[in-house]
Amino acid sequence: MQRSLPYVALFGAAALLPFFSNDYWAVIGARAAVYWVLVGGLNLVVGFGGQLAIGYVALLTLGAYTASAMVARFGLDPFLAYGMAGVVGAGAGVIVGLPALRLRTFYFAMTTLGFATIVTQIALAWQSVTGGGIGIAGPELPQPLDSPWGFYLFALALAALVTWLSSNVAHSRFGRSLVAIRDAEVAAEAVGIAKPRLLSTVFLFSGACAGVAGGLFATLQTYITPDAFSFDLSVTFFIAILVGGRGSIMGPLIGNVLLTLLPEVAAPLVAWSTFLYAALLLAIVLAMPGGIAALLDFRNRRPLAANRSIVPRPERISGHGTARGDIVLKNVVLAFGGVRAIDGLDMTIRPGEVHGLIGPNGSGKTTTLNVISGYYAPQQGEAFLGTVALPHGNPQTRAALGIARTFQTPRLIGEASVLDNVTIGATIAGTAGFLETVFCLPRHRADEKRLAARAMDALATVGLDALADVRADRLQHSELRFMEIARALILNPAFILLDEPAAGLSSEEIARLGALIGAMAKQGIGILLVEHHADLIFDICDHVTVLNLGRELASGTPAEIRAHKEVVSAYLGG
Amino acid sequence: MLAAILAAGIAVGATYALIGITYNLMFSASRVMSFTAGQLGMVGGVLGALFIGRMGIPIIPGFVLALAGCAAIGVVTEFIAVRPVLKALDQHLYVLSTLGLALMIQQFTAIEWSTEPQPFPRLIGVVSGGPFDEKFWLPVVACAITVAGLEYLYRRTLVGRAFLAIAEDNFAARALGLPERNLRVASYALAGVVGGLAGFASGELLLAFFANGAMLNFLGFVPVALGGLGNNRGALIGGLALGIFQQAANFIVGGVFASVAVFTVFILVLLLRPQGLFGAPVARRV
Repeated sequence: MQRSLPYVALFGAAALLPFFSNDYWAVIGARAAVYWVLVGGLNLVVGFGGQLAIGYVALLTLGAYTASAMVARFGLDPFLAYGMAGVVGAGAGVIVGLPALRLRTFYFAMTTLGFATIVTQIALAWQSVTGGGIGIAGPELPQPLDSPWGFYLFALALAALVTWLSSNVAHSRFGRSLVAIRDAEVAAEAVGIAKPRLLSTVFLFSGACAGVAGGLFATLQTYITPDAFSFDLSVTFFIAILVGGRGSIMGPLIGNVLLTLLPEVAAPLVAWSTFLYAALLLAIVLAMPGGIAALLDFRNRRPLAANRSIVPRPERISGHGTARGDIVLKNVVLAFGGVRAIDGLDMTIRPGEVHGLIGPNGSGKTTTLNVISGYYAPQQGEAFLGTVALPHGNPQTRAALGIARTFQTPRLIGEASVLDNVTIGATIAGTAGFLETVFCLPRHRADEKRLAARAMDALATVGLDALADVRADRLQHSELRFMEIARALILNPAFILLDEPAAGLSSEEIARLGALIGAMAKQGIGILLVEHHADLIFDICDHVTVLNLGRELASGTPAEIRAHKEVVSAYLGG
Repeated sequence: MLAAILAAGIAVGATYALIGITYNLMFSASRVMSFTAGQLGMVGGVLGALFIGRMGIPIIPGFVLALAGCAAIGVVTEFIAVRPVLKALDQHLYVLSTLGLALMIQQFTAIEWSTEPQPFPRLIGVVSGGPFDEKFWLPVVACAITVAGLEYLYRRTLVGRAFLAIAEDNFAARALGLPERNLRVASYALAGVVGGLAGFASGELLLAFFANGAMLNFLGFVPVALGGLGNNRGALIGGLALGIFQQAANFIVGGVFASVAVFTVFILVLLLRPQGLFGAPVARRV
């Protein structure tokens, strides 16, 4: 509720504008509202998903011509025409967006730019529908929406609607997954986020917004020609989001209003407006990457308590997923070029057991872990869960199988809160579909409540509940390690793979970590522990495997390993 | 007609290849793809028309001045749009910073020069008209000289080898004591010269027009994407192929469909082989 207050105030004030102002401002205000219908949807793609779609004017163009042609050529009702524009926009949104699944940053930006050029050229050439260079009349609305203020209020209502819809998405598992893909793609895969599906859905949504915005734009302009859809406009949309700040809705909303008003309040600058926007973009990137949203984020400017200590509560660990058997590696071989990183490894990890994996640097410990969690496909051999072979090279499938993991370098989503960083671990536990989320239906609200409770529970277990609201990039290194464990625990996994969880921790913290890991195993979770701290390994492991050059050097209980001659000389020393 | 298609195709293809090489020069020095590559080509044409056509400076000094201007823009790119964001290369902020700078260059030109295409002066004027007109072979000559010059630079000179070392492994090159920062600035200046040369040599063909920047940005990137990042030979082959394909499609099915065809091929190749036709895949992320 508190979250929506600023928006209610802003749109409420905007709704009062007709009482204070003249028709000129009605047009400007309507323009800002129409742009926001597009930018609000695009914000999910650019601001949340981090996909650099700079050519969204293509979808505005498509929407505008669809709506206009439907009305002018087929005599369709204008509201139905807007709907058609939305449908066409959604379809085109997926087409524009799909390359993002394969292509990164600059490449993707270029494809959207190319798409924008093509659409304008087609609009110019396809005269029978678009009127070519002569243009076509935009859809006319019936009374009372045909007056400047009538249309303004209509556009404003749609802008408010888009704000609400996009905010529902942003504060759901979909929104969190988008940010995860943007900032920590590898971690996103490990928690089971399927990028293709997620991105296609979001491109569908933002494309629909852009299509409707196009229809509204045509009405606002009353008459459209391809000139109206300059690339400058596209850049304005894009820059509004970045000026506003990534991962925020209020920021881009303010950015959008500012960028629409700027040429109006500084009339002599109109010719230079695109130049100024570009300069603004450069300045924001170099000096203030957080944008307006970072200025408004008062909560994260309060200093955190110094001397914080992490006190996990191992006794809180209760539920865990039922294991479908042991994780078994059979004769796994994996070579990078000529280097055999794993060279015929057999290993079994049992539920309720802490299995240590040690060995010198480059002996294949992390590589083994990456084979189990599906990042690497072995050239020979298989990894099994029970009797079923784990699919190769497909890390998104592991979360559903109850296998969670942490990373050697913590994969944090820096700009999200600690709570969100943990909640992301239970993404696959969400039950509400995208449509339910967009319209904030009961199942979505129940999901959010349940996931938040589970995340708080996991945070309390690892002892970070006091920091739940803090932005994750403000945490200390050791806290990030425990945060990753919470992210694994929230899944209620059957297995947890820990990649050097004690690296960078103080000796006290290591002892607490050991107790936590021990409690997890006692509750029946199977644990693979890759570590260099020999003390920790020998304290808590039930079984230890020692690797050297990708092969098993020794395997047995901690006591057997400690007495193993070769291990002592090759690795432990003494 | 075939002669006309080939002449125009090879000419624009050579221009695209040069812009592709501009992309590559900046990329190999800094791992950054810059939106200013196409704008450099546009500025090369505009400066040539300004110095030689409007101000009446003789051809040779005018040419040198135009290239010097582009080299300066290259250096400015490095200083304000690339260096500050190199620390966080994985955040890809360079896409935004170079986009900002590129748009500033484009808008400045549109306002201070003209929003209409302006004529570019005749440089030599021996054969007029036909497929052997200078506007068709000048870009080809420029491209050939650039490719040969770069080959010489990389294979025969110490500076060129230092460039290669930085492109191969920036970190190791610095550890060996190479002045990485200065070499990077030099690379950007060189990229400016190559981009400017592309615009100057194709000036009579493409005219001095501010919107050429965006066009060259895209069409110069296509050969890079097809040929593989940092691969100059790929850019050369890709550029010429693109030019001939585009002009042939232009003659046969008309401008709009030619653009659609180029775009479709570009997307399809990228989706099937994101690393380019001649590039090697990269893996290992965890």
